[in-house]
Amino acid sequence: MRAIAPELFIETPEGPRLLGGRRHENGEIVFPLPQGGERAFYEPVELSPRGRLWSWTVQRFRPKSPPYAGDEDERGFKPYAVGYVELPGEVIVEARLELGEVEPRLGLPMRLEIVPFNHGADGDWQSCYIFRAEGA
Amino acid sequence: MSEVFIVGAGIHPFGRHELSGLDQGVFAARAALADAGVEWRDVQCAFGGSFAAGDADAALPRLGLTGVQFINVANGCATGGSALLSAYWAIKSGEFDLAMVLGFDKHPRGSFNPAPADMGLPDWYGELGMMLTTQFFASKIQRYMALHGISRRTLGMVAEKAFANAVHAPHAWRRAPVALDDILNAQMVNDPLTKFMFCSPSEGGAALILASPARARQLGRDQIRLRGAAMRTRVKGSFEVFSPSLDIERGPSPAELAAKAAFEMAGMGPRDMNVLQLQDTESGAEIMHMAENGFCAHGEQEALIQAGATRIGGPMPVNTDGGCLACGEPIGASGLRQVYENVIQLRGLGGGRQVPGNPMSGYTQVYGAPGLAAVTIIGK
Repeated sequence: MRAIAPELFIETPEGPRLLGGRRHENGEIVFPLPQGGERAFYEPVELSPRGRLWSWTVQRFRPKSPPYAGDEDERGFKPYAVGYVELPGEVIVEARLELGEVEPRLGLPMRLEIVPFNHGADGDWQSCYIFRAEGA
Repeated sequence: MSEVFIVGAGIHPFGRHELSGLDQGVFAARAALADAGVEWRDVQCAFGGSFAAGDADAALPRLGLTGVQFINVANGCATGGSALLSAYWAIKSGEFDLAMVLGFDKHPRGSFNPAPADMGLPDWYGELGMMLTTQFFASKIQRYMALHGISRRTLGMVAEKAFANAVHAPHAWRRAPVALDDILNAQMVNDPLTKFMFCSPSEGGAALILASPARARQLGRDQIRLRGAAMRTRVKGSFEVFSPSLDIERGPSPAELAAKAAFEMAGMGPRDMNVLQLQDTESGAEIMHMAENGFCAHGEQEALIQAGATRIGGPMPVNTDGGCLACGEPIGASGLRQVYENVIQLRGLGGGRQVPGNPMSGYTQVYGAPGLAAVTIIGK
């Protein structure tokens, strides 16, 4: 299984980490790590795999394709939670969320996970990052 | 610097139509010219735009090939507001006496689906299903409700008011009242917002004629001044649509900055405004924009809306023609519709939706992708 995009996240001995960028001139952290011409202004930084829920919603209709690249069609579409997770002292990142039966609230503890997302043009699985609520 | 007057206003009804977006724009342009009592050949400069219905200067063969200086404007959700701002500067500079502002649009059904690369974003952001305006608005109001004590019932009341006001607005799209319970219990689109709490992309056209003081007096149309107009783009720390990440340290929104600038230009404050048109892409946006534009403190909306303060007849009537919720959002025309509605209100021609007590001043604010806001203040 390969990542849906390069330099989005990496595997470490302690588990997966999102890759952010720390801007050389002022130390600010952004996510994702900028690519292309902007890449030169940032150094890669492994972001904290734990954070707290900053806001959320549920996507209840299938987004238009393009750009959405989920495998499922209208009929097979299942709503998914999506929102923002604050990584303390670093940055607030947007992510798909797995809440399970946990009632969402501001400050809910969340942790990073890498999961299968869709099949690429060659038919192989591609993975993406999500944040899962603790206990979900 | 010259004062700037709004001497003409025209609109093509918003909604879904057979006519092309361009023809709806031309319809509005002709209506604005007739309203001002001027001919197209009198117009010295024009600024126009659409987001999805082609170049605005395609109106030229229809309106007349007069050689007029026509500038196409493309500025995301502030396209109409930016065209207006350009004409405002042109008249204010003293260079021109008569200018037209034109905006129209015709969008496909359903949510907007911009290409990530067009907004400088990586493809995976769209592929994962995170690049939707509806998600942004839902996430913003979800957090706001938790921080500032706004109830779901209040979200519903904003939509209920929009449809009730639109009953009396001939240019509105959805003109049938919807009961509060039906709004609250309708299909959820992006929690906590149901389908009646979201506006839809639609179609329509709107046009304004701006003039110098001398020209306005000559036309007998020197009643309504454009006292302030400003737009601002996002600054660090604001929570914006299409943001894969946000700064932990929060900052002001573009609406807050544009409001402050426009109030300073007008030498007026929020308490001086008698009728408000605030961007209501969804119910929550209207609520949050009340505070961002300075009309109340964060959290006060709950009591104000429950008490009917934002209804026609209340102390701060908001979206008297039903706003985007009832008119839909043809991007190029939407901000100009707000100004059109305030012109109607200040002229006292609002009929069943007229704000009582002879309103002397009107305020408009648009917000949209990729994080910008435009404000106007008009006054008698």
